[in-house]
Formats: sequence, structure tokens, C-alpha cells
Amino acid sequence: MKLRVTPIGNGTVIDHIPAGQALNVLKILGIDRTTEATISVLMNVTSRRSGKKDMVKVEDRELEEEEVNKISMIAPGATINIIRDCQVVEKYTVDMPDLIVGVLRCPNPSCISNTNEPIKSQLLVKSKNPVVLRCVYCEQPITEKIADYLI
Amino acid sequence: MFKKRHVLSMREFSRDEIDSVLDLAESLEPYARGGKCEALSGKILALLFFEPSTRTRLSFETAMMRLGGKTLSLGPAEGSAIAKGESLADTIRVIGAYADALVIRHPKEGSARLASQFSPVPVLNAGDGAGHHPTQTLLDLYTIRKESSLEDLKIALVGDLKYGRTVHSLAYALALYGADITLVSPPTLEMPAPIKSDLAGKGTMVRETHDLDEVIRNVDVLYVTRIQRERFPDPYEYQKVAKSYRIAPENLDGVQDGLIIMHPLPRVDEIAPEVDETGHALYFKQSFYGVPVRMALLKMLVGDRLD
Repeated sequence: MKLRVTPIGNGTVIDHIPAGQALNVLKILGIDRTTEATISVLMNVTSRRSGKKDMVKVEDRELEEEEVNKISMIAPGATINIIRDCQVVEKYTVDMPDLIVGVLRCPNPSCISNTNEPIKSQLLVKSKNPVVLRCVYCEQPITEKIADYLI
Repeated sequence: MFKKRHVLSMREFSRDEIDSVLDLAESLEPYARGGKCEALSGKILALLFFEPSTRTRLSFETAMMRLGGKTLSLGPAEGSAIAKGESLADTIRVIGAYADALVIRHPKEGSARLASQFSPVPVLNAGDGAGHHPTQTLLDLYTIRKESSLEDLKIALVGDLKYGRTVHSLAYALALYGADITLVSPPTLEMPAPIKSDLAGKGTMVRETHDLDEVIRNVDVLYVTRIQRERFPDPYEYQKVAKSYRIAPENLDGVQDGLIIMHPLPRVDEIAPEVDETGHALYFKQSFYGVPVRMALLKMLVGDRLD
């Protein structure tokens, strides 16, 4: 199958997102209906590596490594391509940060981080593969359905 | 060496740090019994109890007074009034400016950690919901060290091992001492699997049984916890379980001479009052040991700081 979106001139391409996770990637990056950037979202396109994949292209914006690394929670093998003047000037695989702040809420309803206190959720990354996160506040672990806890 | 600023969770304690607290507690014990001490004279400890507590609150209060310091306290009524309108973070910032240290008990898990992020002074966690209660664990360890031994210890943890926060913290701490732990609980109140695998991962010998008689003659310490009625939808089921884990003098035939029976209190039906008269009953002494242990922590956090 041929890709239906043309290459971008400047910006960031997030490739090799597991099929079905593109919308969660947008959520993590804080891209919603208010965005003024040109965004292309491809879902369920053919991938030689994994059969099917999603892809997100953000035009005229170079995402910071730190913000992009949050994507690794739901798409550990995703690759980031920074494009300038139609050239890939930087390419890397996402790497999970050691501490995830304000991206996921703690699954424990009795946790103080799920109240109206003036704090952001904080999850320590105990293991990257398999993903094991632990709430800094209540110490509850999160190991599965991570996308369900996106803020 | 003890360099902590706050006491929030047993998970953060190394064996050396625990030992240093227990050593200091031992040296403070005469003062816990009434000897004159002015180590914290002029210092103020604020007690913030957003949930009811008797032993823990009074024990902290006693500890501070025995060190020559003073306390101010926020009871559950005022606490809940504040909780309605003001964030915990703001309450902590305000009261943190009045006192030299804060003790907090709060129904939400992680509340003490939050308090530590906003407090200008040391925070001691006196129970955060189903989370941690580190000072209870330290006084338990102190009791075992004084009245039995932390070396080559064989201990049975009995009762509600699923929800009981004290047994989870205690089990982690005992793992640091290489204790041989037997878990004795009804099938519905077994210790959560992640905790068991954590303990096994630390090289601790952990066995599990539903039958108390099977282990009672082979252990040095019997640590009994309350089985709460509200955990059982069926009152008949509760009665049956509560009865099978009740310790009475007739259960103590053939136990080791030095066996000690501990309980974080309050007890309801788990230990028959007749057991109090035996030399095995240690729970009231254990409760007293909360004073020297909390004195040690207060002295380390408030008294010895240069900043």
C-alpha cells in the first residue's frame, strides 16, 4: 500500500507507532482541536517491520526530545525523525524518561495525586521493558493498560 | 548514619538506618520512662490528625514532651473542616511555619509524601490511608530486637495480611534482616502477590498457610493483626474466620518458652484476655516502645540538625 500523505518539508515525523495508538500519541503531545499546526495522522498503514503501524507528522514544529520520550510509554519502538528542508537531520528511537510528570494519572482512586491538590502526578519508571511504573505518592505500581491513565 | 529529612515510608530505610534509630531509641528509653531530658526544649511538634488515632497521637505527644518539647495539635474535627475548603498543601505550608516538625495522619495514600514537598520542616508519616505507617514498623522492630532477636528470626504474621498496612511494611523491613516469615491468614485475606514476590526477590524465606496450629510451635514471634468485620459481607463467615485465628491459652501448649506475641492494637477478639497474663504477651510493652522509638526519630530529625 502506498502512503497517502506526502513527505513534509519541516517538522517532526513519529514513525513505527503501534497500530491504534496514534490518537494517544497526539494526546501525550498535547495536540488537540485547538492546534494551529498542520498535523497528519496515519493509522493502520502497512509496515514491513510490524505488519501495521500508525504514524504522526507534525509540520513546522521540532518536538523536544523530553516531550517525545513520553510516547515510549505506549509506543516503545517509535522512531522520531526531525525534518529540515525535506532532509532528515536527526533520527532516534524514543527512550522512556526516569520520571513521568503530569502525563498519566495514578490508577489508585485513594491516592492524594487524584485529588484537587496543587501537584502534578509523578510516576517513577522502575522498568522499561516490560513497562513498570510506580506512583511517587502512593507507590502503587502500573504495569498494564497504560493508555487508559493518560491525563 | 541517619541523614533523612522526613520519615515517610519503610521502603526508604536501609538496615543501617533502622539500626541507628533503634540504637538511639535504646539509649533514650530511660527518658521515655520519665528521666529528665531537655534535648528538644523550645521546639514545637505539630500533630495533624485528619483521621482518628489514640495510640499513635498520644505516643508522639508523649515522645515530644519527654524530650522537653511542646506539641500543638489539629484534631479530626478541625482537620476535616480544613480538608473541605483548603488544600492539604496549603495547610501544611501554614502549620509548617508554626512548628519544628509535623506528624501527619491522613486518609489519602501518599498524603505524607505530598506534605513533605510543601513543608518547610521535617514530616513524619503516622499513617496515610492504606499506605504506610513507618513509625509502627520501627517500634515493632525495636520490640523484636529487645524482647527476642532480629538475627535468625522465625516469625509468623497472622490475620488480615491483605489490607493490613502494618504487616506489609513490617514484612519488607524483616526482609532486610533475612527473617524466616510464615504468613498465616484466611484464604480471602492473603498477602497481595506483588508483595510476596518482592519479598522472595529479596531472598527472604516466605511460607504461607491457613492453619495457625501448624506454625505456632515453631516460631519466635507471633505477630497478630485484627481481622476486620467489614471485610466480610457474610457475618457467619466472619465469625468462623475470627474464631479460627483467635489466640487463647490452650493454643499456646508446646510453644517455645521465649515466644513473644505482638499486636499493633487495638485488639478485639484476636487474643483472649487470659493470654495477657502469660509471659508471651508483649503487646502492651510493644505499645510503650512507640515512645522511645518516636523520641529517637524526633531527636534525629529536629534535634541534631544544623540547618
